[in-house]
Amino acid sequence: MSREDNSSWLKTGPHYWDGDYACAEGAIAAGCRFLAGYPITPSTEVAERIAERFPLVGGTFIQMEDELASMAAILGAAWGGAKAMTVTSGPGFSLMQENIGLGVMTETPCVVVNVQRGGPSTGLPTLTGQQDMMQARWGSHGDYEIIALSPSSPQECFDLTVTAFNLSERYRVPVMFMMDECVGHMTEKVVVPHLSKIHVLQRRWYRGKKERYRPYVPGKDLVPPMVKAGDDFRFHITGLTHDERGYPVINAACQSICVTRLVDKIKQNADRITILDEDRVEGAEVVVVSYGISYRVATRAIALARDKGIRVGSLRLVTVWPFPERRIAELADKVKCLVMPEINLGQVYLEMERVACGRCRTKLVPHCGGWVHDPEDILAAIVEGAKP
Amino acid sequence: MKHTNSQADRQIADGKHHPLEPYLRMDRIPHIWCSTCGLGTCLNSFLTAVRNSAIPRENIAVVSGIGCTGRTAGYVNLDSFHTTHGRAIPFATGLKLANPELTVVVISGDGDLVAIGGNHFIHAARRNMDINIICVNNFNYAMTGGQFGPTTPETARTTTAPYGSFEHPFNLPFLADSCGATYVARWTALHVRHLTASIGEALERRGFSFIEVISPCPTVYARRNRLGTGLDLLQFYHDNSVIKNGIDTRECDIRFQEQLIIGKFVDEEKTTFHDTMTGYLKDAVGEKYVPYVGPMEMPGNGD
Amino acid sequence: MKFWRKPLDSDQIELPHGRVHIIINRCKGCGFCIKYCPCQVLEFAEEFNRKGYHPPIAVKPEACVNCGLCEVMCPEFAIWVTEDGNRGQSDGDEEVTNESGR
Repeated sequence: MSREDNSSWLKTGPHYWDGDYACAEGAIAAGCRFLAGYPITPSTEVAERIAERFPLVGGTFIQMEDELASMAAILGAAWGGAKAMTVTSGPGFSLMQENIGLGVMTETPCVVVNVQRGGPSTGLPTLTGQQDMMQARWGSHGDYEIIALSPSSPQECFDLTVTAFNLSERYRVPVMFMMDECVGHMTEKVVVPHLSKIHVLQRRWYRGKKERYRPYVPGKDLVPPMVKAGDDFRFHITGLTHDERGYPVINAACQSICVTRLVDKIKQNADRITILDEDRVEGAEVVVVSYGISYRVATRAIALARDKGIRVGSLRLVTVWPFPERRIAELADKVKCLVMPEINLGQVYLEMERVACGRCRTKLVPHCGGWVHDPEDILAAIVEGAKP
Repeated sequence: MKHTNSQADRQIADGKHHPLEPYLRMDRIPHIWCSTCGLGTCLNSFLTAVRNSAIPRENIAVVSGIGCTGRTAGYVNLDSFHTTHGRAIPFATGLKLANPELTVVVISGDGDLVAIGGNHFIHAARRNMDINIICVNNFNYAMTGGQFGPTTPETARTTTAPYGSFEHPFNLPFLADSCGATYVARWTALHVRHLTASIGEALERRGFSFIEVISPCPTVYARRNRLGTGLDLLQFYHDNSVIKNGIDTRECDIRFQEQLIIGKFVDEEKTTFHDTMTGYLKDAVGEKYVPYVGPMEMPGNGD
Repeated sequence: MKFWRKPLDSDQIELPHGRVHIIINRCKGCGFCIKYCPCQVLEFAEEFNRKGYHPPIAVKPEACVNCGLCEVMCPEFAIWVTEDGNRGQSDGDEEVTNESGR
């Protein structure tokens, strides 16, 4: 399928979409042609949209028997050569963790969409939350680094899904796309750009000699190129600690090499991965650090605070993981207080507090979930933070 | 004349190299399996079937789960995937759908496939996913030291059933059959000729195929039950196996050290998941339907 | 070769001859090949191999009919047979390799 002949697969132009639909269209724009999923509120609309659209654009959608299977299937599909995605919410995200770990260990590019709802357990199936942020970071067992993005609008659900795929191909890591119920079900104008304006990264295929191929010989950026099944490379991949050949080696020395690179390929490229959205941060006495739907609420609180004459800046974490340590540390030296509203009782906040390390005050505006913050609560934190 | 892999590798079938060496990762041999374990024999039968097959070797992919049998993927010189416990079948499902040209073989143990992976097993069979399952049944979880599993016969002793197992075990051919598998066979590690032929048949045909291989675990299962070595168990299979091709799979129950019914039980044609999907969508969606075009053909404008 | 039921054309059948190859250091001494060889060609060697197992040796190499059962039963890929066309010249010794086995 050449792009010129079938440009209709991309719905260029303005639309009135909710975040879930926009995410599905973003995946199609990014070249995702395999989706395995299992129904779960409030993410189901992504799969519904995909089920309708994939037969028109040359994609395969399969509804698996559970989320364990969905996650395993997209890893298999990625090694079959497809760009693959799965979509879920809290309880399903828990079930996916095992194979997210396999994806990390085998360095399999794919995107995991989590339209967050309130938890723990079944919690609030239809109401919002941002309570899976730490699970996105640490959910699978063992040491690893991960990339997670958090969109704040349906438009971003489209744009950042493309970015999520690009990052996963670039760094060969499952990318967590951390939406929330509000963003997923919020309907707004979404403009799909012309094809030429969408930057889509292709998989970084191995181009060397077949007989010299070793699956885990990294490039300068610590990321190895990839192959797919069926091309006579006869490669082996395993979830066990492995050497450059992909063969299991069960000892401390190999573990050190294997895991260190998995962590370093994200850490050392963190500045290239990180996407931040800043507003009037320079000269601010208080900076509100937020992400996802909380950013939208914080915007109102920031406007109210500015009306009161407080110099407030906004720092939005478009990529939440890896955490932007360098930027937060810089700000901590300059401001009186960093305020973070999030729809949980303090998750990403803990990272902010750790990085600020006492150089400025930090304030959490917690929320148990089920609804977004009252802007007045965030305002109160800003006012408090601006005090000498 | 049909090209087979063995012709391509004829030069190696001399007096210095085992004829299956091109199909093995020789830098990983010897394998980890114990002396008189049946897994090496199962691998040998599988690779012999691959060698005799007309399917180009590069089009065959092996997916394994976790456990002793799960290590199989690490020894075959094919595209091979050692996945998580129980998830070999959904991984294989994704692999097959992303590249329908592949012949995907899942080789894993009974615990992996029908206990922790039981849900995936029944649904892949229901969908008639075009994958081949080789389930090596050694009646216990051997890698972890011999705990009872979904196939452990009643009264057999294991480390977690020190007084004997009192759970009802699965009758695997019946399970596969009742879930919609289109090819169901059971052999033992002694019946290598039948097993090799059966695997060869499964590779060539389309649809969900299931081959159970009863295989000795000398180190934990046989030792705890005082059944001797793997060689003694092969003798037991020799003395107690009855080939009943086409028999109703409900009669294939296994009782502790009693008669083993083996054979090819089911072999029927049914449209695969992939063919059903593409055929149905072609009718339902009409002219606008764009079938999945396989890997590489993805839109993109960056690099 | 022993027949359970003698085929009617047994006197016209020319039995094929095989040559047994063993990589003794690859063997884990399971004895599958020895026990199931239909012509009783093999026996356990007195010596140990590098792994500490008794590998098989061909005690009756001339009896091998190239059926290949040992080859497909061997869990270690340590034994195989090749067709031996000129049985007249060689006296049918099995070929034993010590080197490449690990």
